[in-house]
Amino acid sequence: MLQTLAQQAPGELEAGLTAVGRGIVYGGAAIGPGIGIGIVVGNAITAMARQPEAAGMVRTTMFLGIAFTEALALFGFVLSFIISG
Amino acid sequence: MIFGLEFPPISHVVEWPTLFGDGPFAVNKVIILMWVSAIIAFSVMYLGGRKQELVPSGMQNIAESAVDFVENGIILETIGPDGLKYTPYLLTLFTFILTCNIWGLIPGVQMPVNARIALPAFMAILVWIAYHYIGIKSQGPIKYFKNATIPPGVPKAVLPLVFLIELMGILVTRPLSLAVRLFANMIAGHLLLVTFAVLSQALFESTYVGAVAPFALLVFLSAFEVLVAFLQAYIFTILAAVYIGGAMHPEH
Repeated sequence: MLQTLAQQAPGELEAGLTAVGRGIVYGGAAIGPGIGIGIVVGNAITAMARQPEAAGMVRTTMFLGIAFTEALALFGFVLSFIISG
Repeated sequence: MIFGLEFPPISHVVEWPTLFGDGPFAVNKVIILMWVSAIIAFSVMYLGGRKQELVPSGMQNIAESAVDFVENGIILETIGPDGLKYTPYLLTLFTFILTCNIWGLIPGVQMPVNARIALPAFMAILVWIAYHYIGIKSQGPIKYFKNATIPPGVPKAVLPLVFLIELMGILVTRPLSLAVRLFANMIAGHLLLVTFAVLSQALFESTYVGAVAPFALLVFLSAFEVLVAFLQAYIFTILAAVYIGGAMHPEH
């Protein structure tokens, strides 16, 4: 069993670890912005429901907030491409 | 390799062979699409503004709704009435980015120009130059950098830290995040569509009926990508407007 496991092509371990690292980088980078965008949009919906006449202003600010929050997740996404074995 | 499915490497999805020219002036499919987008964005505005009628029709309708969207939806909401003189710049950004993004959905072309970072990075550098220039012109260099880096009402103890963060923000983080946001959104959408297209094709070749679910999802995601293409053009333009507005009017 152990001998079968130990048989691997050269570079296979590095490729596998690179794939795992990419997954960890993107997954980790998506946690915070996911929560953050949820908070931003949730509060924006509350604001729009309370004051529908201010919906236009709230929507603009909501998109700005989403854009700033989302940037962190996208950095992680790009970083996961940059990682190479 | 997922379940014996051969997924093309990323370099095969977004890199295109050089058609002519070499070195920094090499021209490939993406560059040609960029030129075509510039021509389309220009000619919609030119044809729409050539014969101005009281009751707009055809091309004038499209051009007027784009101008109205940028003026009322972006500039008046973020900069205010004195930002209307920057309408030509922001309108150009919006229409050009939107046309470039939409190429990802056109059958037979299917390559968003902004999925290569060169164009978003160049536009972000232009925005960077624009807001520093406008800030220095409207406030003077020393006052501009003081207002941009030292926010009012910050306790003395954390001032050095805030100063460094704000300085990094206006010099590095803003253009970097502007470029990466547009680029990453477009390439993520492109890879998503490629994944489901490859999956649909493989399932169709092996089982015929198995391709129904991924193909339905592919159609739905294409519609979603139209929304993303529009939203990213909107967000790039509105952030450029926010940066310009912040440079024009300091926080009190």
